[in-house]
Amino acid sequence: MLRLPRFRMEVPRTLDEAARVLRELGAGQQDPGTTGMPGMKVLMVAGGTDVYPNMKRRQLTPEVLVSLRRALARDVRADGPSAGVTIGAGATLSSVSAHPVVRSRYAALAMAAGLVSTPQLRNMGTIGGNVCLDTRCNWYDESQFWRTAEGFCMKTHPNVVCRVATSSPRCLAVASADTVPALLALGATVRIQSAQGERSVDLGELYREDGIRYLTIARDEIVSAVELPPAEGWRSTYLKLRDRGSFDFPIVGLAAAVRMDGERVAGARVALTAVASRPILVDAAAAALRGSRLDDAAIEAAAEAAFKAARPMDNTSGTIAQRKRTVSVFATRALRELRERRAEAA
Amino acid sequence: MSEFSVVGKRLPKVNVWAHLTGTARYADDIQLPRMLYGRLLRSPHAHARIKRIDTSRALAREGVVAVCTGADMPERMGIMPSTQDEYALALDKVRYVGDPVAAVAAVDEDTAYDALSLIDVEYEPLEPILTVEEALTREDVKIHEDSGRPANVFKDVHLEFGDVEGGFQRAHRVYDNWYFFEGTTHAPLEAHSAVASYDGDGKLTLWTSTQVPHYLHRELEKVLGVPRSKIRVVATPNGGGFGGKSDPFAHEFAACLLSMRTKRPVKFTLDREEVFYAHRGRHPVLMHLRTGVSAEGDITAVHFESYLDGGAYASYGIATTYYTGALMTVTYKLPAYKFDGVRVYTNKPACGPKRGHGTTQPRFAFECQLDQIAEDLGLDPIAYRERILQPANSRTVNGLRITSMGLGQCLEEVKRSTRFPEKHGLLPRGKGIGVAGSAYISGAGLPIYWNEMPHSGASVKIDRGGGVTVYCGTAEIGQGSDNVLAVVAAEQLGVLTDDVHVVSGDTSLAPVDLGSYSSRVTFMAGNAVHEAAGKLRALVAEAAAAKLGVPPDRIGLAQRRVYDLADPSKSLTFAEAAVLAEARNGTLVSVGSYKPPKGISGDYKGSGVGPTAAYSYQAAVAEVSVDLETGIVTVDRITEAHDCGRALNPPAVEGQIEGAAYMGYGEALAEEQVFRGGLHKKPSLLEYKLPTSMDTPEMKAIIVETIDPEGPFGAKEAGEGPLNPVIPAIANAVYDAIGVRFDETPITPAKVLDALQKSKSRVGPEGLSSQRDPKAALRRLHATTDAREKKKVM
Amino acid sequence: MAKALLTLRVNGERQTVAAEPHHTLLEVLREDLGLTGTKHGCELGECGACTVLVDGVPVLSCLTLPSEIGDAEVTTVEGLAKGPELHPLQTAFAEEAAAQCGYCTPGMLLSAKSLLDHTTAPTREEMAEAIAGNLCRCTGYTAIYEAIDKAAERIREKQPAGARS
Repeated sequence: MLRLPRFRMEVPRTLDEAARVLRELGAGQQDPGTTGMPGMKVLMVAGGTDVYPNMKRRQLTPEVLVSLRRALARDVRADGPSAGVTIGAGATLSSVSAHPVVRSRYAALAMAAGLVSTPQLRNMGTIGGNVCLDTRCNWYDESQFWRTAEGFCMKTHPNVVCRVATSSPRCLAVASADTVPALLALGATVRIQSAQGERSVDLGELYREDGIRYLTIARDEIVSAVELPPAEGWRSTYLKLRDRGSFDFPIVGLAAAVRMDGERVAGARVALTAVASRPILVDAAAAALRGSRLDDAAIEAAAEAAFKAARPMDNTSGTIAQRKRTVSVFATRALRELRERRAEAA
Repeated sequence: MSEFSVVGKRLPKVNVWAHLTGTARYADDIQLPRMLYGRLLRSPHAHARIKRIDTSRALAREGVVAVCTGADMPERMGIMPSTQDEYALALDKVRYVGDPVAAVAAVDEDTAYDALSLIDVEYEPLEPILTVEEALTREDVKIHEDSGRPANVFKDVHLEFGDVEGGFQRAHRVYDNWYFFEGTTHAPLEAHSAVASYDGDGKLTLWTSTQVPHYLHRELEKVLGVPRSKIRVVATPNGGGFGGKSDPFAHEFAACLLSMRTKRPVKFTLDREEVFYAHRGRHPVLMHLRTGVSAEGDITAVHFESYLDGGAYASYGIATTYYTGALMTVTYKLPAYKFDGVRVYTNKPACGPKRGHGTTQPRFAFECQLDQIAEDLGLDPIAYRERILQPANSRTVNGLRITSMGLGQCLEEVKRSTRFPEKHGLLPRGKGIGVAGSAYISGAGLPIYWNEMPHSGASVKIDRGGGVTVYCGTAEIGQGSDNVLAVVAAEQLGVLTDDVHVVSGDTSLAPVDLGSYSSRVTFMAGNAVHEAAGKLRALVAEAAAAKLGVPPDRIGLAQRRVYDLADPSKSLTFAEAAVLAEARNGTLVSVGSYKPPKGISGDYKGSGVGPTAAYSYQAAVAEVSVDLETGIVTVDRITEAHDCGRALNPPAVEGQIEGAAYMGYGEALAEEQVFRGGLHKKPSLLEYKLPTSMDTPEMKAIIVETIDPEGPFGAKEAGEGPLNPVIPAIANAVYDAIGVRFDETPITPAKVLDALQKSKSRVGPEGLSSQRDPKAALRRLHATTDAREKKKVM
Repeated sequence: MAKALLTLRVNGERQTVAAEPHHTLLEVLREDLGLTGTKHGCELGECGACTVLVDGVPVLSCLTLPSEIGDAEVTTVEGLAKGPELHPLQTAFAEEAAAQCGYCTPGMLLSAKSLLDHTTAPTREEMAEAIAGNLCRCTGYTAIYEAIDKAAERIREKQPAGARS
């Protein structure tokens, strides 16, 4: 049986306490870019569905795990029909995808959360954990034995080349969270808590085009909540390409959201995951849609923009050509679906 | 009303309750006092010489109790006595990434795992051989130096029957295609596990998830140097096998040796990644199929060549090689047939037998080509197959005896059920329907080591309360073998399966059965139990006849009653009759055994692989939808009919058909045991794509009964054959949907999309790659084989 | 690191064991509590064999630390029967041959139980989704659907009229 390495567990009861513990442990000084992922000695864990497998494979070998299970809020709070919602980072993916307000107003998020892995995993995994999901690569997400045989990679050993493209100056591991493109399309911000206090950042600013330092926040900063703006007039959807109908991470994930003002598109967002080291908000797609009647030509232009923005590498299942092509197919399908839903509503 | 009271009834399996309540004891569930936990150190090199192993740092680690290496078990071993090329742990060389090198026993598994990194192994890396082409041509790099064959050839086979040249000359048209079937693995949900306990009396017991306790028993004696009389092997319930637990494995030997050394029980349980290295799965096979057909479509000759990528060791490879050729002849009339098969060594985990052993790949090629032939002839593919069927009670051109043969009925059933002719060629683009037929053996005609003894032995005992116990060396791997034995015994004795205890898989308690491979249990062990229980039936009937005052031939046994057939009100309970019989005859124990008949094969070198006492037949229809924009193939429905002779337990037969169809579906579209360099590319259940409930098509299983003259109550196999037609049926359905012939597996969305975008009409191999001229190597190989064969004759 | 005392509520009984803090619920159930009915096929959350219910919710015991579940009620396959009476799913699985090798069965039963706790008239799609995290390598899932169907029917029959959902 594959087992966890030994570690010590801290279970703070409040966010303040968690932030203090992380500061005391020096978590913020950690930089995986210099030590590699296994060099990080203090890690946060919520649902554990990503951290524990990675620990069993010794991609992560923390001395201390700070469990946020008690500290994080896990509710979905909606203050009235015209307000936005705040989702505690500890909310499970099941509870997010099943929440009536999320389902009715933030369809893309309900769909994306409901398409993560399996029912069991969604009952455990949290929205905060999914937002902070480690980047993935089929040279990295393997056992200690396998990686030893291969000779390791940049993500665990910064002095080693990237195996995906040996000339790459940076790690090419792939952003793989389903909920993130949905949240980006819905205009989410995240609340960040640390010993320094609390702040909010646009979700898009949380990520960096770097498979190792994929988050812009310090390793002692806690994503404590996800906030969604009012959904008035927005319609959204999420499409996922994977090999099987469950278990699998996306090899393409595409979310689209559109707000109409009469016959014209007043606002639009198209976001991608699993086609680069960071999730991508495709501005050119939004620009192609804004002001249009969501007609075929505008959709085609948006799909073309999404196609161009996708930069998959050969480090997941599937092929580069297939995944790029599917991005444009999904963009077209998602936007047509939103157009049809609007027609139905009218 | 049926003539049977148990056979053919939809009854729960006798051993199912333990599985449903969590009390079934699989090997890893065994915990013994003072038990140690083992772990294997595996090679990180695909090909290397071992210069030195130093275990001292590991031994010094607190909690580590013992360590062993290849040098501790330097005896050659392997499942086939004629091709033993393995050691329990690698001796001088490692031959694939994952090859076991050393073993640790420690007080807990954490310690054993950590100790592996303290074993210092110095390797001299060697160039790895990773493709068939390299293996055929590289004389300078030998994976097995003493193989005695050119380059890295493990085995080559050349057989010819009938007038092949004339057949091709007579042909109106000759179809000439190359096919490739990708390697796949069994992936049973239960990882291999074994617990060894060497006790104070100098006897060793090994509980292990094995399909072949008897063969393992032999290998343990050989490698450990302990007489078999001192070893007991118990096959625990296997959490799935599918052929993957049919070889002797490193962890089994290591558990035994370390238990003998420490005098403590030792458990080894592989983790999932290790199961991918243990492998012994489906060979990747490159195939060249030439078929001559007359203007009417009759086959005039077939020449089939197979190139098997065998991986690092022999396993069952000699049989696999022959199997790629042997069963091509048992489905449709072939007047002339030539077969050339080559299996090579490569530096990858060894391939071996997976459900359909060696017959799945050629069946894919053949049925895809038949689809093409039918299309060119303007014939419905089912009608075409029905026209060229090999008849029942016949001999094939390669000398195989065929008795019951239900392929025609199977085709008829799937045709009727799916309304095939109304759909084939008529569905809108993106929708397709395809068909294929196939066959399989009900147990190999010969054992893996030559002997004249029975293939299966059983004993049956009746206790004084009317309980019946069946003892048989079969291994329960989830296929329902225990239940088959119980059904046969219960039917013979007129009791219910609830009354039957089955003791199986235990080399000390049960007579030898060769194991759960080649779909042999129902036919062979079933016949052995049939015979044993039949003897007791006669004794019980005689005793009851005497008591009831009627002639013994008027006695019936059913539903726990022994009664006068002419007047069923005159009866005894089975327990009463059993007591009378024991009083008359002494202890009620009987034995039975089974050996396939002689004369079921031709008389030529290589004729030992292919014959069986009875072939099963099956036909499958797949209905698919292809997303023309994403290339995603959805199999909407698989309808499969299977000739199992007689269904002893219909739900179990349906379960085998559905499970095999599911497994074939996975191989057709997604599963692949593939490598990047020498390293497994997908050694996890996330990367290796077992179909989930969300993917698996709707399935309809249809039982066809031909009542085989030699099977127990007419039964034949059900476990393997139903996998074979599913894969070509899907490929043919994809062709019907989009007009692209997939002459290779798996049919992935990426390949479909690529074919659609580039308007390809075919996706498949073009032949052996020409680098280093493997064809010249083959010519040399054939020449040396001819010389060798001639030398033997002289 | 030393073992630590741990109290768990399993199948309605409070159990205290000394366990390694880094051992998962799967390991503690199987190795420290002797509840080997819970199986493991990958230990990475990729097969579902280790599924147990925590407060009625299916989770993966291979990725759960016992210290994280506190006082929640853990249900394993051993706790599925009520005394001598088997759960309708267990009977139906036997009758429909929904367990072949039986190795995925404990996890499968618990996922199915969670489904039937929410609805006693599940559609085929709902069944497929409920067991989407439980790989079965033997059955092709068909017999499992038939068994869940049958168990649901029996549960419905036992319910008082009007209580059916």
